[in-house]
Amino acid sequence: MQEYLIGLVGEPLVAYVLMAVVPLVFILVYALVTLYMEMKVAAHIQDRVAYMRTGWHGVLQPFADILKLLQKEDIIPAQADRLLFTAAPFFVFVGTYVGFAAIPFSSGYVGADLNLGILYIVAVSSIVVAGLLMSGWASNNKWALLGSLRSAAQIVSYEIPSALAILVAVMIAGSLNLNEVSKFQEGGIFNWVVFGGPGPVVTKLLLTPFTLTAFFVLLTAGIAEANRTPFDLPEAESELVQGFNTEYSGMKFAMFYLAEYANMFLVSAITVCLFLGGWQSPFGSFMSGPYWGAFWLIAKGMFFVFVQVWMRWTLPRLRVDQLMHVSWKVMVPFMFVCIFAVGLILVW
Amino acid sequence: MITEPRIIPTPYVTKPGAIRTSTGKTIRTDEMIINMGPQHPSTHGVLRLEIVVDGEIIVDVIPHIGYLHRCFEKHAEHMTNYQQVIPYCDRMDYVASMNNDWGFALAVERMLKIEVPPRVEYLRVIMAELQRIASHLVAVGTFGIDMGAFTPFLWTFRDREKILDLFEMTCGARLLYNYIWIGGLSHDVPPGFVEKAKEFCSYFGPKLKEFNDVLTYNEIFVRRTANVGVLPPDVAVNFACSGPMLRGSGVNFDLRRDDPYGVYDKFEWEVQVGKGEFGKVGDVWDRFIVKVREMEQSVKIIEQAVAALPEGNVQAAIPKRIRPDAGSEAYVRTESPRGELGFYVVSDGSASPFRVKARGPAFVNLSVLPEISRGCMIADLVAIVGSADIVLGEVDR
Repeated sequence: MQEYLIGLVGEPLVAYVLMAVVPLVFILVYALVTLYMEMKVAAHIQDRVAYMRTGWHGVLQPFADILKLLQKEDIIPAQADRLLFTAAPFFVFVGTYVGFAAIPFSSGYVGADLNLGILYIVAVSSIVVAGLLMSGWASNNKWALLGSLRSAAQIVSYEIPSALAILVAVMIAGSLNLNEVSKFQEGGIFNWVVFGGPGPVVTKLLLTPFTLTAFFVLLTAGIAEANRTPFDLPEAESELVQGFNTEYSGMKFAMFYLAEYANMFLVSAITVCLFLGGWQSPFGSFMSGPYWGAFWLIAKGMFFVFVQVWMRWTLPRLRVDQLMHVSWKVMVPFMFVCIFAVGLILVW
Repeated sequence: MITEPRIIPTPYVTKPGAIRTSTGKTIRTDEMIINMGPQHPSTHGVLRLEIVVDGEIIVDVIPHIGYLHRCFEKHAEHMTNYQQVIPYCDRMDYVASMNNDWGFALAVERMLKIEVPPRVEYLRVIMAELQRIASHLVAVGTFGIDMGAFTPFLWTFRDREKILDLFEMTCGARLLYNYIWIGGLSHDVPPGFVEKAKEFCSYFGPKLKEFNDVLTYNEIFVRRTANVGVLPPDVAVNFACSGPMLRGSGVNFDLRRDDPYGVYDKFEWEVQVGKGEFGKVGDVWDRFIVKVREMEQSVKIIEQAVAALPEGNVQAAIPKRIRPDAGSEAYVRTESPRGELGFYVVSDGSASPFRVKARGPAFVNLSVLPEISRGCMIADLVAIVGSADIVLGEVDR
């Protein structure tokens, strides 16, 4: 796609900008869709109907919501640190958005075909922590401060099990480049890393328990990193009012919201790329190709976004100490065992 | 049995003070004072808690009340008629209006020494138990929100709507009914009420099971509530706790059985107590499950009462303007959804009460809060406040 764009516009710089804009457009459209989906799924879980009046079955409601947020007064508390307060939402959003660069949406479209793709994503998504800490500190609100501290602790601790789970997939695929990992899983659903990747049946059978564990750990840790229920402690409404975004309103609040939604898709996409074949079709060569690739990645990603929405409207929230317990005492030891076993099987 | 108030040891208690860094320096750490409320989402109204925290661990809690004070007792003394007090009783505990009305009406009836017709007694029991279910549904639903589960809340409100529909059918109002009057009821139930009440009883059981599946026995929920905010039975008794708060601590005491009023002695039902199934007796989960099981028992009572509902008048013969003898007085305690609701009424022979004192269960239950929440985390405090099931309209009166 890169070459195609350069050929089309002539100027490489313009082509790169266009390339960079594609994920942004995707995020915006996706956020609208997910906003609608979340409300509708929640409503059906809760035995009600949600939006019904703006457009057919309320499809225009997300636009109305965004318009409302755009019109809202942008309040900065009098005692807030203005610079940090204004910068924080951008840090949070950018930290998520730049992660999209290394996601291979199809075999023909990768924003940046990095050798260290997954490492890059893990690294840049840590910028989010800085943004959250800034927002909590700058708000000059004790609830916001507690929320941001919780959030920093949570994201930092869940990065460990998620990185270890990523390592399992990387060991099997033999590459840190997400596009290469996706290519590696060619040949239908049973060649996906979650089922041990392509290889002899015995190896697959031996690997599957460990890869399945890693897959679930990555998904769970991803949900925790995206601050979604049952790990939504940083913005635990019933405890911390709104957590780190208590004092935010208007478009700054919308940025946090957008970042959360983008993060939901990012963690789903990472999980899909590493364990569920990325842009590969589940039916081998049937329905595959660059365009189908984009379809498959987005479809798989959206499925896990749906799972996150589903969990959010079903489960209660964990407590801070339980959250840490799950990360350090359950997930991390499990992942060490997985890595050791996978290494052993691969060497053997 | 009077014992010293004690601090419940919990696993998180640390000593606030100096923290030693890796380089051997000591940093002075300080406690932070946070205002929780009156506009906090989970203080169930306008309760303000001044909490002293060490990180996320609570060192002390000081409840501040009175944001919703409406001078109920003074108002009651300045009415021109005893009947006019009833609407004010409605507004005390606004999620359990029927029970409040009944408490006050019963106190005046005892003072006047009048008997109400049997149909009234049965209808009062039906209304009070329907109201108890409605009130407990609000309590367990909002407790779900406190725990971060939003869906059960909407489910309970869906079921509560059915009860409110029944009340609306009966007296036109959905929240503040003014239905139970001194000497009877404002009017009889409409045709079709009995069928609808039966229909609700058969509808409600499966819905409660669904609720239990999604919230009560959820692993995360159990871990969040078991062994949290343990209220030992002796402390509960010393603080005069009542209702689900007392029964959650394993004390088998229910005024409907132990000091029967109305026709409660004619029905088969059981008093539910906390057994500490997942943790210690008297923890938040126990207080929660007592409410859930009481709803089942209420359904039982309603079924029996509806089946045995006699025909007859719904108003005893009482003078239009009630003037009890000067110096007569009565104290009546009833089991409201929140616990022991008492009304003390004194007459000076005029048409309005000389003095009315209300003993609110939520007010008394709230007093134990600092005692059981020291040393827990902010999230646990939210759980404890939620499980105490306070209604600020009644705390502040």
